[in-house]
Amino acid sequence: MRRNGYVYLAFAALSLYLLLQSCQGEEAIRKAQYTANGQKLYTSHCQNCHGAKGEGLGALYPPLTDSSYLHEHRDQLACFIKHGLSGPIEVGGKAFDGEMPAMPQLTPIEIAYILTYIGNTFGNTEGFYSQEEVQQALKMCENTAR
Amino acid sequence: MQKIHFIAGICGLLMAFISGCGGSGTEKLPILGSREPVEKEVDGKIVTDTVYHQIPDFQLLNQDSVRISSQLFDNSVYIADFFFTSCPSICPIMQRNLLEVYNEYKGDPRVKFLSHSLDFKHDSPAVLRAYAQKLGVTNDQWQFVTGTKAEIYGLADSYMVYAKEDSNAPGGFDHSGYFLLVDKDKHIRGAYDGTDKAQVELLRGDLETLLKANE
Repeated sequence: MRRNGYVYLAFAALSLYLLLQSCQGEEAIRKAQYTANGQKLYTSHCQNCHGAKGEGLGALYPPLTDSSYLHEHRDQLACFIKHGLSGPIEVGGKAFDGEMPAMPQLTPIEIAYILTYIGNTFGNTEGFYSQEEVQQALKMCENTAR
Repeated sequence: MQKIHFIAGICGLLMAFISGCGGSGTEKLPILGSREPVEKEVDGKIVTDTVYHQIPDFQLLNQDSVRISSQLFDNSVYIADFFFTSCPSICPIMQRNLLEVYNEYKGDPRVKFLSHSLDFKHDSPAVLRAYAQKLGVTNDQWQFVTGTKAEIYGLADSYMVYAKEDSNAPGGFDHSGYFLLVDKDKHIRGAYDGTDKAQVELLRGDLETLLKANE
């Protein structure tokens, strides 16, 4: 009986540990999964202009390595991708005034993949973008007359 | 004993073959395109000569609104390509790769660059000028040109580049992303996929070969 008690205790401890671990690990796993999916989409939709290392090209296409720009505009990035961007902006201390084409065909989950990839590559540490966050962000810009 | 002689003979032959293939640095690039035999009379004898495909004379408007002609490239080797400024697909990769070659040869009068815009409606000299500046082109070694639809698409044929207006293609034009290496006599000496790093490396090597042959 005493021995069984130890076994139960050990089992309960292990379960608790696994449960905690999985809660913590879930986001990390999702982040890894989103990053992997995002890389494929980045290659086909973004890399031509922004480069394989997010380095941009001259004063034509801005780099994606300016972490503070990404952080400050976190809630606008989804709209940039879906609806495009034009007008003057400053990224990495350089002025850009081109036109980024809209990609209306991208779904919120695809945009979440792309943002998670960009946000955690090229030296960026923005963390995980969920589909919900993207949907919320898109609502904001789709409400303001565009 | 005979067997040894035989093996030595084979080895010798093999050595000769390998050194023959090595080419000892006098590599020659092919001339691409169609060729025609032409018969002419030299000293009363009929001689057959080969006429190679050549880029025809052209006059196009560049990024400074100056009409440039093919004579500008008479004394240099040049690399030509076809693109348009609002191209979202292959052009940024091509021009990114060509910019690297340009930066390597910047200030070298033996090498020039010529980018033709396929978007004859939108890419005015002013648009081309802004594009060149933003790309990081700072001298006239790299020309960005526009012309009439017939001029540009006719030249694309001469450079053996596929180009077509196509509303289904990204940006409205469907075209291939080749870099054409052209020699002083306007013969195409090489064609390279401008979106492929390995092919651009090949171009670099062939460009050097061509420059050496001109010395």
